[in-house]
Amino acid sequence: MGTTPAEIRPEALLEEMILIRRFEERTSATLTSGGFMGTCTCVGQEASAVGVVSALGPNDLILTNHRSAGHLLARGADPGRILAEVMGRSTGYCKGKSGTLHVSVKELGVILTSTIVGGELSLAPGVGLSVSMKGEDAVVACFFGDGAACEGVFHESMNLAAVWNLPVLFVCENNQWQAFVHRKETMLGDHIAPRAAGYGVEWEVVDGNDVEAVRDAAARAVARIRETGKPFLLETFTYRQRGHFEPDDQSYVDPSELASWKARDPIALLTAALVERGTLTAEGVAAIEARVSERLDAAFAFASSSPYPDVAELTTDVYA
Amino acid sequence: MKTINAHDAIGEALAEEMRRDSTVLAFGEGIATKRKALVDEFGRRRVRNTPLAEGIIAGTAAGAAATGLRPVVDLLFAPFMAFSMEEIVNSAGKLRFISGGQFSFPLVAMAMTGAGWSVGAQHNHNLEAWFVHSPGLKVVMPSTPADFKGLLKAAIRDDNPVVFFSDIGLLYVPGEVPDGDHVVPIGKAATRRAGTDVTLVSYGKTVPSCLKAADALASDGISAEVIDLRSLKPWDEEAVLASVRKTGRLVVVHEASRTAGFGAEVAATVAEKAFDALRAPVVRLAGPDAPPAASYPLEQAFVPQPDLIALSARQLVGRAARVSSPAPVLVAAGA
Ligand SMILES: Cc1ncc(C[n+]2csc(CCOP(=O)(O)OP(=O)(O)O)c2C)c(N)n1
Ligand SMILES: [Mg+2]
Repeated sequence: MGTTPAEIRPEALLEEMILIRRFEERTSATLTSGGFMGTCTCVGQEASAVGVVSALGPNDLILTNHRSAGHLLARGADPGRILAEVMGRSTGYCKGKSGTLHVSVKELGVILTSTIVGGELSLAPGVGLSVSMKGEDAVVACFFGDGAACEGVFHESMNLAAVWNLPVLFVCENNQWQAFVHRKETMLGDHIAPRAAGYGVEWEVVDGNDVEAVRDAAARAVARIRETGKPFLLETFTYRQRGHFEPDDQSYVDPSELASWKARDPIALLTAALVERGTLTAEGVAAIEARVSERLDAAFAFASSSPYPDVAELTTDVYA
Repeated sequence: MKTINAHDAIGEALAEEMRRDSTVLAFGEGIATKRKALVDEFGRRRVRNTPLAEGIIAGTAAGAAATGLRPVVDLLFAPFMAFSMEEIVNSAGKLRFISGGQFSFPLVAMAMTGAGWSVGAQHNHNLEAWFVHSPGLKVVMPSTPADFKGLLKAAIRDDNPVVFFSDIGLLYVPGEVPDGDHVVPIGKAATRRAGTDVTLVSYGKTVPSCLKAADALASDGISAEVIDLRSLKPWDEEAVLASVRKTGRLVVVHEASRTAGFGAEVAATVAEKAFDALRAPVVRLAGPDAPPAASYPLEQAFVPQPDLIALSARQLVGRAARVSSPAPVLVAAGA
């Protein structure tokens, strides 16, 4: 089941990306004006999230990092329940115990959002081990950043997945930033994926702002994993357009670098391509925006009217 | 009943649980080499050697546990767990709560520690309190082959992460193990010897030392009760409180360093909940706040010995001059 990704029209990919973008923008605006801090948005990286997740089958599993809203929404998570979680409400996916930084959604196969950088890398082989011991054909997608690739666990995880033949799709979202440090300060060379060769793992680097290219590359990688039972490292080369978390004035960001990446904004790129192909009109874009806006209105209404968890929840769910 | 040592008791527990439940698997740095009988019976898919990488061993256990397996991982010596703290503490211990109860982490992380082999401070470090202080974990440390077996079987069946410490000094000491499906519940202490004048509470290799001290005390006419905690989290408060209410005197003994060691928890709990029953100050006998030395006499001197335990108990019942007060000698006389 679910060995090939369902056919998806590019317009649907666009709508998912726009949903993610508007979700992140509205969440940031609402939280910072409400005195909350801390969401790490994936603005600028929507193509990476949507491209990879859309290439997964229904039984595939996901582990991700603190910049996970895109992965969750692309997987079909309810924006209202994510938002409720971000706002610490009891109707959130984790009853408000996660907050923005650790949302997991078992029913969608999202096992982990780790805010320990590299935590997703440490659990992914074990999830792959479960899949392979049970004889299932699921693929485990593990999203991590270029910063996480500097952690020792990156090596341990890649090596173990390789020697144990675990079906893990490692997805390095190389967004050029590691919190407030540019990746050029922390690693030589522009890419992480070629390191896979040292572990005997196949790899590819893809333009992370071109959602169709990402989806194609991810579909190839997933097919390879199902065929060989071995891991694969896919690097989506992209850019974090907003700050590390909200609010962040990005005063440390080189404006010309930011501008050059904004000129290749993933949503603008796909919109232009579809208009040029004649499959999308300005009215079509407006209709997408209207639908997204309506969904988010409902999500915000749901989340903000949801109750906070009872104080008794402080000590529940500690032990099984 | 049969007589085996703790190392073999662990092997029996693993084999029986792997036979009973096909989701149980074991991996670690050399476990498939050292426990060949397990490989012969269950194959290399369920008994695996791993790369030298304690972080990913523990992390893999957590990921596998979250998705339906029951891994047992051998992390070798307790100090190596410093490399797997992230995975055990931040992932296995916290993610059930953080996920609002969506996931559970039924895994066992095993490690050896304690004086006995002169291996020095980077192999010998009784760091059990680190894990006791971490939410979401259970911690056990048996002292008899029967408990090694029974607690390991309980740990494997438990739906939570259990850190299982093996005291090096006890691994090859033989003892009787009941036949059949011998499971020791986590969280229950064992009263190793009943007594009325003083309660000696301990776990791991200092339990046999308490029993020796109790023998010596008996010849002086002092009746000591010896409680083996076996589980440190959860721990059997009721057993300790009931004993102290009977004897009015408490000596807590462990090999781990004194400051913020488990004995502090026992002493504080007794002060909070059985203060009225106390007829003398609570005494803690523990290792010093220093890295354990390799040299055999120093290694032994680190650990509270029977003579010191007996002396402290005599002081408490007023049959010996106090050498220091309220908390006496930290380091045993040693060689
Ligand atoms: C173990 C750990 N160290 C440091 C941090 C603080 N921190 C949070 S995100 C981050 C940057 C991560 O960079 P990267 O992996 O590239 O992911 P990105 O934020 O770019 O998506 C840092 C340093 C952390 N959360 N965990
Ligand atoms: Mg980054």
